[in-house]
Amino acid sequence: MPVRHKNVLAGFGVVCVLGVAGISVALAAANHEVLEADKKFSAKTLEISVGDTVTFVNNDSIKHNITIKKMKFNSGLQEPGRDVEVMFDKNGKFKVRCGIHPKMKLKVVVN
Amino acid sequence: MGIVGKVAAAAAIVVCGSVFSLALAGSDDQSDAHADKAQLHKLIADYQRPASIPFPEDNPYSDAKSELGKMLFFDPRLSVSNLISCATCHNPSFAWEDAQPLGSGDKMGQLGRHTPTILNLAWSEVFFWDGRADSLEEQALGPIAAAAEMAQPLDELVDELNAIEGYKTAFEAAFPGEGISEDNIAMAIATFERTVVSNLSAFDRWVRGDGQAISASAQRGFVVFNKKARCANCHSGWNFTDDSFHDIGLASDDPGRSEVLGGDILKHAFKTPGLRNIVERAPYMHDGSLQTLSEVVDHYDNGFVERDSLSEEMQQLGLTGDEKTDLIAFLKTLSSNDDPIDLPVLPN
Ligand code: HEC
Ligand code: HEC
Ligand SMILES: [Cu+2]
Repeated sequence: MPVRHKNVLAGFGVVCVLGVAGISVALAAANHEVLEADKKFSAKTLEISVGDTVTFVNNDSIKHNITIKKMKFNSGLQEPGRDVEVMFDKNGKFKVRCGIHPKMKLKVVVN
Repeated sequence: MGIVGKVAAAAAIVVCGSVFSLALAGSDDQSDAHADKAQLHKLIADYQRPASIPFPEDNPYSDAKSELGKMLFFDPRLSVSNLISCATCHNPSFAWEDAQPLGSGDKMGQLGRHTPTILNLAWSEVFFWDGRADSLEEQALGPIAAAAEMAQPLDELVDELNAIEGYKTAFEAAFPGEGISEDNIAMAIATFERTVVSNLSAFDRWVRGDGQAISASAQRGFVVFNKKARCANCHSGWNFTDDSFHDIGLASDDPGRSEVLGGDILKHAFKTPGLRNIVERAPYMHDGSLQTLSEVVDHYDNGFVERDSLSEEMQQLGLTGDEKTDLIAFLKTLSSNDDPIDLPVLPN
């Protein structure tokens, strides 16, 4: 997992927000970026297509974790500045939680 | 904001002003007093009670569901022995706990952890001391089937309930056309549990502006709780929990949250319990190892085990005797005088 610089991450945030707001044409396997800051994900729900990947970027100053119970996925500790990439290869609704701060959650709807 | 809103806001500020006069008495520096006052207002704003109970979209509230859930919660026939109900361990007479260090289940076998309260769980994110269940619905079937607790095979339970006419009617009212199923048992119990909310306490009346509602000692204790003792770093908000996991250095070797997450994260870390009605909930902690609030405060002051997994929030506090007394006086104001609960009449 690459460690990226904070300023670069801030740039990604803009791209990410536009990307989520403006989903229109689903091309082959897209990547979606979700930021983690202030113990929150940058989105509450995210609609994606089967085969898409989501990159969770820890833009916070504290450690987080990505747990998706239904997929038996657990990232382990996610240090500040680190990314966790997850591929969603089945459709359905998935609850993504930080296993350390359970209030930090996001619903991913895979179509 | 309309004129009415403005007037109301102004009134609220005036009322709050009087609340803190006591906490500030003794400060002779005017600007310090102002800063203190502003800070206290900010602190107190975090403790407002929510206006209503949140129910999830996929299991909305209905009277029929909640009444059914209450019947199931108090019905010992949910256990294989027909002797243990949820309320045997989550006893409303002990603030929905059992007043024992560790719970006792089927055949009086001792459980590995202390029975937590079910008060105010509508606001909780994850359940059990280690947070292994994601919802109250998911949690509810756990203890029924668990060999150490009620040891009741769930398919047999559905048959047993189907043989009781009164339950058939109650399930029909709660889940029209669906009949009795494991999912519906769980949804009814979860709905009832969400209605179990601690009532207004003296502390709430103080937050709402009644300056006399709690003693001067308790008011000082509130400041100690938020500042010097750092309690609010974890026990935050109106229900006094951050819904997170921490190792607070109890001597127990229970792996806690780390077992759920796998690996070495959050070793010995447990869910921060809310502190409402805490006096009635002794003994304390996941292992039931602390008997009194005084022991709890001494633990946080300097009685914890130092180890790698210990939360960074845990530091030697150096509390004085008076500060400890004030802190406990404050914790006592979190108790509500809830009306005794009406026990349901169970169908036979
Ligand atoms: C034999 C005693 C016993 C019985 C019976 C029992 N419980 Fe529990 N309950 C416990 C213990 C002990 C825990 C903590 C276990 C853990 O965290 O590993 C617990 C945890 C819980 C929690 C999680 C609370 C929280 O803060 O996360 C809920 C909710 C709950 N029980 C509801 C129920 C319901 C509903 C029933 C009946 C279907 C029930 N319990 C039956 C002892 C019992
Ligand atoms: C680092 C976070 C943290 C801090 C700081 C903290 N607590 Fe706790 N508290 C917890 C956790 C986590 C538990 C459950 C621990 C366990 O059982 O292993 C707990 C348990 C308790 C309990 C027992 C609740 C029960 O249901 O048994 C009380 C009472 C309590 N804390 C009061 C306090 C007070 C008073 C302070 C300040 C002096 C404080 N806490 C500071 C996290 C914290
Ligand atoms: Cu987190």
